[in-house]
Amino acid sequence: MDEGTELCVTIGQIVQRLKGTHLHSQIERQAKECLHQPDIRLESLKEDVRSFLRTSGWERRLQNAVYRELHVQLPPSHPAAPPEHLKEPLAYMRKAQASWEKRVLKSLNSMSSELGVPLARRRPTLEQKELTNKWNEMGTDEPDLSRFRPVYAPKDFLEVLISLRNPNHDSSEEVSVRSHWGLIQIPLNVRDVPQLRRAYSELNMATGQLGIDDHAHVHPDLFESEYIQVGKKVVSEQDSAAAQQYSRQGCPTELRADLWALILNSTNQPQDVMHYEQLKAGVIQHDLLVDNLIYKDVKLTASNDDYYFVFEDFLYQVLLCFSRDTAVLDHFKYNSATPPKSYMEGKESGDDCAVVYPPNGVIPFHGFSMYVAPLCFLYNEPSKLYSVFREMYIRYFFRLHSISSSQSGIVSLCLQFERLLQTHLPQLFYHLRQIGAQPLRIAFKWMVRAFSGYLSTDQLLLLWDRILGYDSLEIVAVLAAAVFAFRSENLMEVTSLASAEAVLADLSTLKVMPLIQIFLFATAI
Amino acid sequence: MSRKASVNKGLYDYDRGEDRIFIRYKCCQINTIQDVLRQRPGWVEVKDDEEWDFNWCDVGWLRENFDHSYMEEHVRINHFRNHYELTRKNLMVKNLNRYRKTIEREVGHMEVSKCDFFPYTFALPSEYHLFVEEFKRSPGSTWIMKPVAKSQGKGIFLFRKLKDIMDWKKNGTHSEDQKEGAPVESYVAQRYIENPYLINGRKFDLRVYVLVTSYVPLKAWLYRDGFARFSNTRFSLNSIDDKYMHLTNVAVQKTAPDYDPEKGCKWQMQQLRRYLTAKHGREKVETLFEEMDNIFVRSLQSVQKVIINDKHSFELYGYDILLDQNLKPWLIEVNASPSHTPSCQEDYEMKCRLLEDTLNVVDMEGRLNGWEKRVGGYDLMWNDGPVFKEDLNLETFGSTCFTVNTHLGCVNDREKHLRRQRLLRPFPGQKTT
Repeated sequence: MDEGTELCVTIGQIVQRLKGTHLHSQIERQAKECLHQPDIRLESLKEDVRSFLRTSGWERRLQNAVYRELHVQLPPSHPAAPPEHLKEPLAYMRKAQASWEKRVLKSLNSMSSELGVPLARRRPTLEQKELTNKWNEMGTDEPDLSRFRPVYAPKDFLEVLISLRNPNHDSSEEVSVRSHWGLIQIPLNVRDVPQLRRAYSELNMATGQLGIDDHAHVHPDLFESEYIQVGKKVVSEQDSAAAQQYSRQGCPTELRADLWALILNSTNQPQDVMHYEQLKAGVIQHDLLVDNLIYKDVKLTASNDDYYFVFEDFLYQVLLCFSRDTAVLDHFKYNSATPPKSYMEGKESGDDCAVVYPPNGVIPFHGFSMYVAPLCFLYNEPSKLYSVFREMYIRYFFRLHSISSSQSGIVSLCLQFERLLQTHLPQLFYHLRQIGAQPLRIAFKWMVRAFSGYLSTDQLLLLWDRILGYDSLEIVAVLAAAVFAFRSENLMEVTSLASAEAVLADLSTLKVMPLIQIFLFATAI
Repeated sequence: MSRKASVNKGLYDYDRGEDRIFIRYKCCQINTIQDVLRQRPGWVEVKDDEEWDFNWCDVGWLRENFDHSYMEEHVRINHFRNHYELTRKNLMVKNLNRYRKTIEREVGHMEVSKCDFFPYTFALPSEYHLFVEEFKRSPGSTWIMKPVAKSQGKGIFLFRKLKDIMDWKKNGTHSEDQKEGAPVESYVAQRYIENPYLINGRKFDLRVYVLVTSYVPLKAWLYRDGFARFSNTRFSLNSIDDKYMHLTNVAVQKTAPDYDPEKGCKWQMQQLRRYLTAKHGREKVETLFEEMDNIFVRSLQSVQKVIINDKHSFELYGYDILLDQNLKPWLIEVNASPSHTPSCQEDYEMKCRLLEDTLNVVDMEGRLNGWEKRVGGYDLMWNDGPVFKEDLNLETFGSTCFTVNTHLGCVNDREKHLRRQRLLRPFPGQKTT
């Protein structure tokens, strides 16, 4: 398909998606109402209405909506390609993902039957009332969660990724200097330092960065003050694309909430608030088995975290609603995963009796709540917090726990991490391999959570600024390699996996931007 | 060798790497401070009867021994004789009220508003009638009763009706105090701040450390680190009996039934400052911290004339500050013996740094030149007048924008600074000229 046709198809798709949205009807209404204005003339109707929409900010809002659609649209493909090819072009990856999903669902179903807890049940009225009263302090509830186990932990998923093989690729050659030393044995194309330097050029040492040039001993007039002024302008212009570009150099603390909301086009309109309230009503009415998994996860992870324990209640309010949000099902068009199905009790098994379970198709795993926790720092209105989280999930986080060939997918990130390490720190990699401490075994848990819970909050937010700014999770793999580079001296001395883990146990003092900058721009190639 | 004479020449010679002299210290506390003193090069602990150069004592020892001890010029002790003028709740309020009136009389109404940082407080029983007057003026308000001399949240309760006080008096719940021979005026009634700033429904207060090395002239240092202590339960005015919800002392939280020692109840000051900046913007937060500076300075000024300004004394105060929903800081109380018992490893390390830097400022070793505006994590906040970040020289003369030299909740890169000031061992191989 040539570029012109491709563009037409894209435009057609976007127009289709925006038709019938609330924004569409709002703009229509605005256009109709502006006809009463004196400066709208019949002879130049089209131009005048257009310029009215421009000056009143509606064109900008439309631009932001289009920009958002570009982020979540399906990749270009052959017209005859079946839908699963859009989710994931490589057949062996699709197969691996499907069998992983089967395992997870089986685990969930057997937990349900073992414990005698239904996957879903309607709450009795008294319980509904109690929950409504306790909505803002669900964290004070202490349900008995000892019987529930997380459905899977990141390390289980890692084993699946390690066993992935491309049937068309012969990887049986002897292990040599030229072969790959790491655990991921898939030939995916991942970018190396020279390519990353070009792609992430704004992170170079000559460009000002937040996380480096806003440090205590650097005078604010050298970079920070002006950068903040630019940021304020971006926020007042309400331009998503500009906000995304701006975020590459970091977001100032006081502007970050607005900037991220802009980049994600989370406008928190009345209909978004209403949608959230509907989800909340759904939580009140029905109890899901996955709710217990969420409770358990929050209690085990976020509640024990020095930074995030305060936000426990918010996490329930977001995650319980998230489980019931069928709007999330949309993202499965471009996610290699498929939402799990379950059958209603008493009905014959057949497709018309199957329902997606949980309603949003996402089964939480151990550590899932850490995707939400850092956002609590920025937003304290539940519906806003919810809409920002949901958008971040369907753009980025889902790629961290599904098997796909995407450049931002966890498989690529793992491979990229290992390749970066092998290319630029071969001695370290070899040493760790020899003592049975494969680096990925340590770095995997960081990458699956995009470092949430491992870095201090301010550093994490600076990292996520760049994920948003570059619309890619690659920076997570780069940081993982940079951390190993930073601690390489100590790591060269260790003699076991346990001691390697100990060296890398505490990342809370790390400053991410200097590490990334040095790794990308000061490493000798 | 005369110890007195050598003290001023500096004790530990980093250039030559030799211990030239010892500092004899006495320390009756068995927590963090012991570790810090023990690790300090050139400091040696002495037993009860021996002479000492430095004494880190508790207030009990002070009360019994201060007046009878003769101290040579170089000797330092960690309390002012009558520190209770600031740290006893009833006396603090008395001094603050008197200070406020003086300001009103001598300076005027504008300045007085800067003294409105403590909630209405009345000593009982002596000010009972004044208390009742104020109580009746604000019907339905909540008040908190606090024992004057207790700490760690002991004996505190909330009330809304005068009847509650009668009941409390009758029940004789404070009879144990009477047995101990506590002074008659042992309680204060304070207006409870009903709209505290909440983070995700939880109330918290701030602990800030201020070091005073002299009252006349007033010289005070503010430490960059501090923390916010969270209540474990969600705030609500409905259940004022739940003292676990309203009191944020870690000591009280530890006794609450749902206390989980694994759960952190504290945030570092830096974390809180960043959170508030993300929520409210830089300007509002800077104003908040400026208002806190104001609290520290004015509270010290209010007792300047009553404190016995002994040249041997210095004191590390733990200020408890509460924020309300409008981001206004309120002074709750000042502690003379802030708890140095750490709640976890991170906390222990922070308290070690605090105490080390306290000793650096006190400077038994005689290494400072006296012009420093910063020592480790301490910034000089007041030196017989405000201290500004900018140096006063020909270029800045006449400029009107000076910023006060405080960095509470900011980056504490103390080690780098201490090395530069030669107060920490240099790195091996590093030249020290």
